[in-house]
Amino acid sequence: MDLILVNLIDGLVTGLLLFMLSAGLTLIFSMMGVLNFAHASFYMLGAYFAYQISLALGFWMGLLIAPLIVGVIGAGVERYGLRRVHQYGHVPELIFTFGLALLIEELVQFIWGKNQMAYNVPEVLDFTAFAISGNSIPAFKVFMIFVSVAIFIGLLFVLTKTRVGMIIQAALSYPRTVEALGHNVPLIFMGVFGVGTALAGVAGVIAGPVLGTFPGMAFVLGSIVFVTIVIGGLGSLWGALVASLLIGWITTFAKSYNIEMESILNAIGISTPENLSDNPLRDFWALTSPQIADILPYILMVLILIFRPQGLFGKRDS
Amino acid sequence: MKNITKLGAVSALSLIIGASAAFAEDIKIAFIDPLSGPFASTGTNGMHQFEFATKYMVNDKGGLLDGKKMEIVGFDNKTSPKESLIQLQVAIDQGIRYIVQGNSSGVANALTEAIEKHNKRNPDSRVLYMNYAAVDPALTNDKCNFWHFRFDANADIKMDALTDVIAENKDIEKVYVIGQDYSFGKAVSAAANSMLKEKAPNIEVVGDELHPIGKVKDFTPYARKVVASGADALITGNWGADMLGLGKSVIENGFEGPIYTYYAAGSGMTAAFGESGKDRIRLISQGAINPIGSEEARDLYNAFLETYPDGNIDQSRIFNTIGMLAQAIEEAGTADDVVAVANALEGMEYESMWGGKLFMRPDDHQLIQDMHIGVHTDEDIEFDYDQSGFGVKTESTIEMASMDSPTTCEMKRP
Repeated sequence: MDLILVNLIDGLVTGLLLFMLSAGLTLIFSMMGVLNFAHASFYMLGAYFAYQISLALGFWMGLLIAPLIVGVIGAGVERYGLRRVHQYGHVPELIFTFGLALLIEELVQFIWGKNQMAYNVPEVLDFTAFAISGNSIPAFKVFMIFVSVAIFIGLLFVLTKTRVGMIIQAALSYPRTVEALGHNVPLIFMGVFGVGTALAGVAGVIAGPVLGTFPGMAFVLGSIVFVTIVIGGLGSLWGALVASLLIGWITTFAKSYNIEMESILNAIGISTPENLSDNPLRDFWALTSPQIADILPYILMVLILIFRPQGLFGKRDS
Repeated sequence: MKNITKLGAVSALSLIIGASAAFAEDIKIAFIDPLSGPFASTGTNGMHQFEFATKYMVNDKGGLLDGKKMEIVGFDNKTSPKESLIQLQVAIDQGIRYIVQGNSSGVANALTEAIEKHNKRNPDSRVLYMNYAAVDPALTNDKCNFWHFRFDANADIKMDALTDVIAENKDIEKVYVIGQDYSFGKAVSAAANSMLKEKAPNIEVVGDELHPIGKVKDFTPYARKVVASGADALITGNWGADMLGLGKSVIENGFEGPIYTYYAAGSGMTAAFGESGKDRIRLISQGAINPIGSEEARDLYNAFLETYPDGNIDQSRIFNTIGMLAQAIEEAGTADDVVAVANALEGMEYESMWGGKLFMRPDDHQLIQDMHIGVHTDEDIEFDYDQSGFGVKTESTIEMASMDSPTTCEMKRP
């Protein structure tokens, strides 16, 4: 019972972290129709910038400045890269962002090397917030939860309650009309791209000390972010949130409990074959949930694509 | 004017031919290991140590066989067995006769099999495989062959030494074993279980778990299970990003016992663990760094730091590999006939600058050497890792570990 609570918290942290990445990605996609393959690379840049800044000015300045720099770089990429490529259609855009992801990884390796960076939790937050039957919850995780919840509420407020948000929403569906009304749509696009990448930057800043800051960090998270927005529904902020939490909890619980395939199959009425060691399906029978935890989100994505192609909260009919 | 141009072209051409002829004299060694991806740092650091070893120990001392230089050629295998076989073929096609590889026993199993086949079919371009870090016991048991030499102690030898220490520690009653889900992780788990049962029947293995290699983003759920199991000690064979992720996560999430590891040092890991891992993380390895084995080793380490100021010698066996290969080539009197070199390596006894004697056991080509168990600390550290002030200090040493350990290898010699 205690462990369930601990796992709920752990899954929440994982899910919210994923949300900060997928929120930006899904916003960018819904505005411009661009699947930004380099999104996780901005997350990595956030971590590395914050590490570098934290050496000189401490963690908090890193948290403040690094996402800004990442956002400015993101806006620059949109203004001088994507906007030019845009006229040639979607495939060149995809290739452009894909190339950008490789370029950023190489650049990071060139500047910082391939080693793990000693980017650590700030001392103020380096204590155990509380413990549930021996399982300590580090204060930094509580801090991560607060930051990401604050960002979600902020985003939701800006998008639904403010004038800027209304223009963004309008530009989503009717860019030409919005343009005709005198709004600078390319500027909005640039802004959204900048904010989206800055969000990824924030995620990097607060995930770097926990998940490790190394050149492979973008690669490890890259694909799961796409899975999240496909499950949630492309372009939906709520969808991104629900899908992120879902994935966070599914993977955490699957890893925490050793559920065996054998017991699942027995439970649904399939009995264990005799001579299991000679059975061609023996590896399948011997599977345990931690082994398949990381592919569960992908299975979920396939199921969603089959039964509800627009995603959980998606509005597009396809 | 035309004549001068012609003369220039001809002399340039002859220069090129002359240069390539000189290069052909070199003894090339293919380094097939990850230079990109999640384990890039482990691979790149290994390559730097190889490059330095050949330069310092061989080339700067006049080379081998009247001046032949050793050269390391890097091939990126992305930790993939499939990619490794392609790179092996490329290396062989380039006329390279010596292969070194270490990261991932999965790769090593694929390579040793491919090399055995290649050598059988192509007696004119046979290659030797020097394995400096892949420690799956099968490589020197069921899957052994004449062309494979292992310079690191295998997982069983290391576990034998580790379990000796664990059995002596009266505070440990429950241990948790966790590793990466492939041949090496499984070998570690099997060895830990069987050896603990034999040496300390009172110790209970409360968890035995494998996780996907190089794919886990967050080790928190695993750390929770370790804490929940009530384990007093953790044993893991993890390396690279998987080691750091696991170690940090269990420490952060409330695990308080010692963590016995194979590879928790260097490549940024020591710096990242820092204070949090002090006196907690122990690792088993050959070659003691603090205190260092000899004056010669001290000079070498200082020279290494001049070349790579932020580098570490975290795999001193690389220097043994190059030293023994160089000696074998000198003894054989040729670098082209790899059978002669292999025969010279077989049964070789070698004084290591890192302390102790090395013996290449002829029965299975497993190097027998001293094993050291060290602790991650910042006290009494002469050579730290990652410029962090922290390093590995030797706590206990087992001389010529597992000298008489059995092997199932049936060596077929050409």
